[in-house]
Amino acid sequence: MENNANKRLLVVSPSPHVRDGDTTPKIMFSVVLALFPVIFASIYFFGLDALRILVISSVTAVAAEAACQSLRKKPVTIYDGSALVTGILLAFTLPPQIPSFAVVLGAIVAIVIGKQIFGGLGYNPFNPALVGRAFLSVSFANLMATWVSPFDAVTVATPLQLGSGVVPYAELFFGNIAGSLGETSALAILLGGVYLLYRGVLDYRICAGYLGTVFVLTLVLGHDPVYHLLAGSLLFGAIFMATDMVTSPVTPKGRWIFGIGAGLILVIIRLWAKAPEGVMYSILLMNMLTPLINRFTRPRIYGQGVKGNA
Amino acid sequence: MELFLIFLGAAFVNNFVLVRFLGICPFIGVSTKFETSIGMGLATTFVMVVASTVTWLIQHFILAPFGIEYLQTVAFILTIASLVQLVEMFLHKASPALYRALGIYLPLITTNCAILGMAVLLAQGSYNLGESIIFAIGAGVGFSLALIILAAIREELEFADIPKPLRGAAIAFIIAGILALAFKGFEGLV
Repeated sequence: MENNANKRLLVVSPSPHVRDGDTTPKIMFSVVLALFPVIFASIYFFGLDALRILVISSVTAVAAEAACQSLRKKPVTIYDGSALVTGILLAFTLPPQIPSFAVVLGAIVAIVIGKQIFGGLGYNPFNPALVGRAFLSVSFANLMATWVSPFDAVTVATPLQLGSGVVPYAELFFGNIAGSLGETSALAILLGGVYLLYRGVLDYRICAGYLGTVFVLTLVLGHDPVYHLLAGSLLFGAIFMATDMVTSPVTPKGRWIFGIGAGLILVIIRLWAKAPEGVMYSILLMNMLTPLINRFTRPRIYGQGVKGNA
Repeated sequence: MELFLIFLGAAFVNNFVLVRFLGICPFIGVSTKFETSIGMGLATTFVMVVASTVTWLIQHFILAPFGIEYLQTVAFILTIASLVQLVEMFLHKASPALYRALGIYLPLITTNCAILGMAVLLAQGSYNLGESIIFAIGAGVGFSLALIILAAIREELEFADIPKPLRGAAIAFIIAGILALAFKGFEGLV
């Protein structure tokens, strides 16, 4: 394209004509950078287990992506960082004691079934890391529900299983609690979130809609809203999972709907369903509604009075 | 509240397609176009609601009193088939475009196991007539929802670079599997 364009004096092309400097690798590696506080926190709290799961998951994810693309004789795009991000995100949703074989399986499912089968980055209807996790949580229900305390790795219940008021807010905030690798420290997650917001990668509408809905609903229903925000993987999901550009709506209005819908589903699952935590399900369920949300929040075509069908 | 829970249970928690795995044939077959999927969902919901009423009456006023429950399947299929015939004649007149779009799948509503499954489930359960109708509405809404969601996703994937052997029904089954995973979140709600 560019070579042709240089030869001509007048270039006629469809919009957009003004592009910013963002590319897939730039965005992906800023996400990786934003994940560093969480990486440090998970290794600090869960030690070598965290490192083991992170390395296995990332390496498997990148290898699976490369294998799929070379099998299909497509250009191998592992250097864009998207498979690395999926691998790290998957690792952060896993419990610290999970055996390595399950991590490998989860990462393969995330990349192959969650992403490559649909044609690779940009086409996957569901968040790949969450597809991998959902697969693991139905296949190895026990392994996926074995939680240990930080540092000494004694089997304990997570704050969400204990109920509100048992664990002090400070512990929930700094992360000295049982849970998935990446979800425990609210502080580390927020640090990453602030950086992404500054970089303009994060869409505040989805986060605000998601967290706000959970806060307001739990408050109205007579539960402890601060506890519901800090416990479990809500913050991690809201900042790193729900805001995935591929699987969330493209319109601003649609993003509000996405966030509010996810919050609604999360509160319903946490308060009334069998599972203690529902962040994964709430995001997957909103992922599946994303094409419908896009379809019904199409903006007015410029210069026309009615909503367009284009 | 009780009625609302019955509706939620039939539509989401025990979604006929994604949790009970009934009615897979039209779910995969008619989910290629968004507009058609809405038509199919409406037609199936209509047949479900009427069929639930009629089969409930048949079950409680004919089969049970005379002790001939072994005729249940035959009686229910006959009922459903005649109802589908009715819908077919109506659509043929009212919306020929939809009639053509639904094609073979319209008469196949007769053999949609979601409808027979619903009738049999109702006959086994202890719902009264009102509750049965709510259950049928829930089942129809759940079926339509699953169908419309799959259709919207498949339309979005129309230009995706899906590996050749997986195009069409194969990728639809994989999406359906992931949808079923997501619906597990509702487990234990009702």
